[in-house]
Amino acid sequence: MSDPIDLMPPLPPEAEEAPWRPSKLTPREWARENLFSNWWNSLLTVLFGVGFVYLGYRTLRFVFVSADWEIVRINLTNFMLGRFPREEIWRVWVSAYVLIAAVGLTVGAYHQTAVERAAEAGLPHATPSVSDRLKRFWPAILLIAVLLALSETITPLLIVLGAFAVGIAARFAGPLLPASIRRWSWAILLVGIVAWLQILNAAGGVGWNDWGGLHLTLFMTVAGIVLAFPIGLLAALARRSTLPALRILSVTYIEFIRGVPLITLLLMGQFMLRFFVPEGFPVPSDVTRALIAITLFEGAYVAEVVRGGLQAVPRGQSEAAYAVGLPTPKVMRFIVLPQALRAVIPAMVGQFISLFKDTSLLYIIGVLEMLSVSEAANAQPIFQGRGLSSVTLPLVGLIYWVGSYTMSKESRRIERKLGVGER
Amino acid sequence: MTAETRAAVRPPWWRNLRVLRAVAQIAAVLGALAVFVFLLLTVRTNLEAKGISTSFDFLTQPAGFTVAGSGLERTEPIWKFIIFGGAKNTLLSIALGLPLTTLLGLIVGVGRLSRNFLVRQAATIYVETLRNIPPLLVILFTFLALLLPLPTIQNATTVADLIVVSNREIAFPSLANQENAAIFWLLVLVALAAAATVWIWRSRLFDRTGRPHHRVLWSLATFAAIAAAAWFALGEPVVISKPVVDERVITGGFKMLASYVTVTLALTVYTASHVAEIIRGSILAVPKGQTEASFAVGLTNFQRYRFVVLPQAARIAIPPMINQYLNFTKNTSLALAVGYAEVTFVIVTVIGNANPAPQSIAILMVVYLVFSLTISAISNAVNRRLQLASKR
Repeated sequence: MSDPIDLMPPLPPEAEEAPWRPSKLTPREWARENLFSNWWNSLLTVLFGVGFVYLGYRTLRFVFVSADWEIVRINLTNFMLGRFPREEIWRVWVSAYVLIAAVGLTVGAYHQTAVERAAEAGLPHATPSVSDRLKRFWPAILLIAVLLALSETITPLLIVLGAFAVGIAARFAGPLLPASIRRWSWAILLVGIVAWLQILNAAGGVGWNDWGGLHLTLFMTVAGIVLAFPIGLLAALARRSTLPALRILSVTYIEFIRGVPLITLLLMGQFMLRFFVPEGFPVPSDVTRALIAITLFEGAYVAEVVRGGLQAVPRGQSEAAYAVGLPTPKVMRFIVLPQALRAVIPAMVGQFISLFKDTSLLYIIGVLEMLSVSEAANAQPIFQGRGLSSVTLPLVGLIYWVGSYTMSKESRRIERKLGVGER
Repeated sequence: MTAETRAAVRPPWWRNLRVLRAVAQIAAVLGALAVFVFLLLTVRTNLEAKGISTSFDFLTQPAGFTVAGSGLERTEPIWKFIIFGGAKNTLLSIALGLPLTTLLGLIVGVGRLSRNFLVRQAATIYVETLRNIPPLLVILFTFLALLLPLPTIQNATTVADLIVVSNREIAFPSLANQENAAIFWLLVLVALAAAATVWIWRSRLFDRTGRPHHRVLWSLATFAAIAAAAWFALGEPVVISKPVVDERVITGGFKMLASYVTVTLALTVYTASHVAEIIRGSILAVPKGQTEASFAVGLTNFQRYRFVVLPQAARIAIPPMINQYLNFTKNTSLALAVGYAEVTFVIVTVIGNANPAPQSIAILMVVYLVFSLTISAISNAVNRRLQLASKR
């Protein structure tokens, strides 16, 4: 005897929350709607169409015909590493491998934990497909391809492929770790970072004063944000504090820094920092001074970002926490900050992007980052006076663009995932 | 509760919130003060050890050169005026750059919402490209790849007999005062006042009777009539002066340094990409019903934007726009890279001429703080007015 319910027609699957899409148009209708809806639109279409074709032609011609990429080929290592001693380059690769492995392990472990938690709660956990990843990271893949195409030997290709292999292997090894180790995956990352710095630095290694190019840019960006974060967090808490003295100190710091351009702080580091060092102590190097200036600068901006997050936490949350008798530090640590920091992830990525772009200012104070390398390359005897800035600067621009564009796309993805701004 | 029990309930002083708050604040202030005093003392010791003066006397010392493009070339070249000249150059760049940025950003922002597919794509490419590269790179590229390849001043070319283009200076036609010019400009002011009066009269007439006001046409006609009459009556008091190249010197016209053009143009193009996103977001934030209603009453596309959407979007856009204006102002400091003599460049020159760095940097920071605070004060005043108006 069959269950009567079985006789009922199956219910249609629940409609997914798909974004609204207009009904499919035929190409003809689409063109009419989007290109030729009236005479003004048609005129715009013709004008912009001609413009697109012309600019596209000029760009392709520039890239494949008229531009002389020799200057980039010869200086590619300079663009990537500045004046990093050439006989020590193995340190860059080895350290990068270690770091990639650590990041891969951590990501894999986190992913596995998330999957298990989702399964425990009976929730689906979607793993992005390869084509999704390609769609997300095509600029980065394009950049790597361009850089490899410009390199003079095949070694970089092999090393990059190796790095990919290590990363993927670590990513898939991460989930295999026992759960007790997985809980400490942030420690793996920390060990990776320390090892990375040690491999570059230790035993006759190269200190960051001799780093340069893209390597230095990435280091400055990450180090700047990481060092600025505690300062920013403290300043934000102080600015929201009910203690007037703390508030005034914090507001003074934040508004002063936000009122002046980064370049003035860098110049201050350049010209004045040595006066702040007590006698008997060594004067920090160019890169260190720049890092100090950047940290102070970013601290104020991070503070404003974090303050935004703190304000976004509903008052009821802290009131409820006080009501159950938690003291202020615990209210902050367990109730307010977790929610606030989660909400500011997208804004922090924005700040990271802006610092990534701001590292170009190191050019002005003479640190050998990518723009300085571009200038230096154009000053080489064989390239001098040939106006090849129009070749080197677009390459540097491409590197910056890929980094910023990818990160901003990713931050919008995180934003959607967290549902920030939809509440 | 009696006084006795209350006293008993009161916590010991080390757990008394009021005491703790006071102690925390005093500790914070003392800590900050200690750091500050320590740094100050170190600086003083170091400066004394190196024999660097801590006074601002150097400002009145002769500098031996002038600041190009500031209009202060003829003043006595002492450091104080050199720094003034730099600040003025910064202002000149902002003064032209902010309106241009707003306009370009508005066009691109509206373009991103265009119904035309190609216009939309063009605006998107513009925004996504420029937003994601450093402004310094835009400035360097503009200078090194676009302006430097222009002809040198010796072979400067003249475009359409009006604009002289070279990689040192670019000159546009301007107005040159002749005899009676002062009276003429006075009459122009009168003409402006008359035009404004006509505008108000037509507006009131329209409000009263509902007849078409054509106030733009009326005001323009009034202004043109009076100005033209004055111009002819006074015997051509103001003429157009075309720039002419003569032996590596451009005479006549309105000259702009190539570095000035670089900085202003590059920052305008860069900042406009951010402004465009603000405009787009603000337009999208205007409720959809407004657009539908304006279609329903039969407004054209232009009228819908001009009278319904943009005025409302402007209110939403103002606070983030202030931020972009401030960014523009601060980014003018990047002109250092192309040698435009704005205030940062000037201060670096000042320090390079063996003047004390601490004071110079302090002046530089004060200049930027003044700029920033002034711009945010003005913009906040505008914001407050508009926001209040919206609550009526």
